[in-house]
Amino acid sequence: MITEATRARFAAEVAKFPPEQKQSAVMACLSIVQQEQGWVSPGSEKEVADYLGMPVMAVHEVTTFYNMYNQAPVGKFKVNVCTNLPCQLRGGAQTLERLCNTLNVRVGETTADGLFTVQPSECLGACADAPVLLVNDRAMCSFMGAERLDRLIDGLRNSESQA
Amino acid sequence: MNVQSFLNTFQASGLETCFHGRHINPQIYAGLNGENWRLKDYEARGGYQALRRILGRDGGEGMTQDQVIATVKESALRGRGGAGFPTGLKWSFMPRQFPGQKYLVCNSDEGEPGTCKDRDIMEYNPHIVIEGMAIAAYAMGISVGYNYIHGEIFHTYDRFEEALREARSAGYLGDGIMGSAFNFQLHASHGFGAYICGEETALLESLEGKKGQPRFKPPFPASFGLYGKPTTINNTETFAAVPWIIRHGGQAYLECGKPNNGGTKIFSVSGDVEKPGNFEVPMGTPFSTLLELAGGVRTGRKLKAVIPGGSSAPVLPASIMMDCTMDYDSIAKAGSMLGSGAVIVMDDSRCMVKSLQRLSYFYMHESCGQCTPCREGTGWLWRVVDRIENGHGKPSDLALLDNVAENIMGRTICALGDAAAMPVRGMIKHFRHEFEHHIDHKTCVVPAYV
Repeated sequence: MITEATRARFAAEVAKFPPEQKQSAVMACLSIVQQEQGWVSPGSEKEVADYLGMPVMAVHEVTTFYNMYNQAPVGKFKVNVCTNLPCQLRGGAQTLERLCNTLNVRVGETTADGLFTVQPSECLGACADAPVLLVNDRAMCSFMGAERLDRLIDGLRNSESQA
Repeated sequence: MNVQSFLNTFQASGLETCFHGRHINPQIYAGLNGENWRLKDYEARGGYQALRRILGRDGGEGMTQDQVIATVKESALRGRGGAGFPTGLKWSFMPRQFPGQKYLVCNSDEGEPGTCKDRDIMEYNPHIVIEGMAIAAYAMGISVGYNYIHGEIFHTYDRFEEALREARSAGYLGDGIMGSAFNFQLHASHGFGAYICGEETALLESLEGKKGQPRFKPPFPASFGLYGKPTTINNTETFAAVPWIIRHGGQAYLECGKPNNGGTKIFSVSGDVEKPGNFEVPMGTPFSTLLELAGGVRTGRKLKAVIPGGSSAPVLPASIMMDCTMDYDSIAKAGSMLGSGAVIVMDDSRCMVKSLQRLSYFYMHESCGQCTPCREGTGWLWRVVDRIENGHGKPSDLALLDNVAENIMGRTICALGDAAAMPVRGMIKHFRHEFEHHIDHKTCVVPAYV
C-alpha cells in the first residue's frame, strides 16, 4: 500500500517533467517503492502504473529491464559486490567469497535470519576505490578488503540488533 | 547506532579523498579539497563568472549564441564520454530556431568498467556541471535540461540535487537568470542499473520512462531526441570543461592540450597501481607521467598491459603503451582508443584470458537484446573465451572468436556490439600466445592468478 508520504515523494519526481510526460518519473517512483518496501511487488507496479497513468505492463518492462530492481523480496541488507575487471584486479572476487563464507550463503542467497542477501554486480562506477560494494542500492562502500568487509558486516548486524 | 548513521560513518571512513599531487594544471579539479563542493565555495573559485559574462552581467557586452559556440569550437573540446566528437560542432547541429521545446541532457550514466571520473566531478564540484549546462543551454537556445545520473551512485545524485537547489535559490537556474531574459530549468534524474543507458538514445528512452533500448539513427537526437524534440546530449566532463573555456578563451584551452586535442582530461586509473584514482592532466601528457602520478605499477611488479580507454578499448601491451601520450590521436594511432579515459593497468601477474573472460561476461550481461548479432554474439564470445580459460578450448576457437567478432561489428543499432568485439580482437592480437597456451596446455602462462 502506497502511503501519502510516498505519494509526496512521487509528486516531487513527476514535477520534474512536462505534465504530459509523467511516465518519465517511473524509474524514480519504483526506486522509492523499493527503498520503502524492500522490493517491487506486482501490486506496487500496479499502484505506480495507476499513479502515473501508464499500462502496468509498461511499468513491468522497466522493473525487469534494469538490474537494480528487486523482483522478489530480499534480505534486510542487499549487498552487491562488484566483480568486474577493475575490481577483480583488486580482490573483488575474494571479497564476494569472504562475504559468502562469513554469512554461510552462496551467491544470490539470503541468510536464514533474513538479514543479508548477497549478489554479484557489474561495474558500480567507483573503480578507483576497488573493491567496492553497494548496500541496499544507495550506500556505496569503498576499499572493501577483508578487514573493512568484516567491520561492515559486524556493524550492520549490531545496528540491526539495537534497532 | 541506527543503520543509516552506521552506514554514513562507515562510507566516510573509507574515503581518503586526497586531491594533492594528483593533477597537473587542473581545470575541473582545481582548488578542490573533497569538502568544498558548495555554491559559496564554487563562487570563491570564480564559479558562475562565465555564465555572468555571456549574459553581460559582469558589466561587459555579453556574448551571442554564435560567439559561445565559436569559442567552444576554437577550444577543440571533444566529447569526454567516449566518442570524442567535437563539442562545438555538435552544438552547431542544434536547430536553434526550432519553434517548440528543445532539451539539453547531461549523460552521467557512467558505467564503462574502469570509469569513475563523472562521479567525482559531481561529488566534489557539482556546480561546474550546472554552470557548463547553463552556458550550453544559452548557446543553443534551450530552456529545459536533465542530468541523467546512473543509479549506483545515489549519494552523488542526492548531492547534485542539493547543488541544484542552491543554484536555483541563488538565481543561476530558473526564469530570468541574473535578471536577463534567459530561462533554464535543470533537473536530475536517475537510472537503476543498465550499462546500455550510457548510449545516448537508450538514455533518452530511459529518461522517457521506458526500458533503455537504443534507437536507430538517423534521426539523430539533434532533430528527434527527448520526447521527439531537438536534443543535445553531452557527457558530464564535457559540460564541466565549458566554464573554463568561456573564462579563459578557446585558444588558451587548446594550448593547454595539443592540436585537435584541447584542454585537460580526467583519467580514472584503476587496477595494478599503487595509488588508483582520478587524475586530471593536460591532453598529450605522456602515459609514463600519468602512471607515475598513480604511484607506478604495484610494488615488485612490471607493467604488462593497459586498457587505455575503458573496457571497450582494445588492450595495448606495455611496450606500445609506454610510448603513447594520453590524447585521442596518440592512442588511436597505437590501435586503441582514448574512450572515456579509464586506464585499467595490469601487471605481469595477470592472465589476459581471464581478464577477457570477465569483460566478455559483462557485455553478454549488458546487451539489451534488441539486435540479434549482439544478443547472440556476446553470448558466443563469452562462452568461447570461458571454455578457453577453463581448459576446454579447441584449436579452432581463435578463428571462431574472430569470426563472431566480425559478424557483430557494424551490424547493430548501437555501439555495444562493437564494444564487446573490440576487446576480444585486441587481446588476441597482442596476446595470442596466451590464448594458444591455454588451448594447447590447459594451463595459464602466468603463475596463479592473484
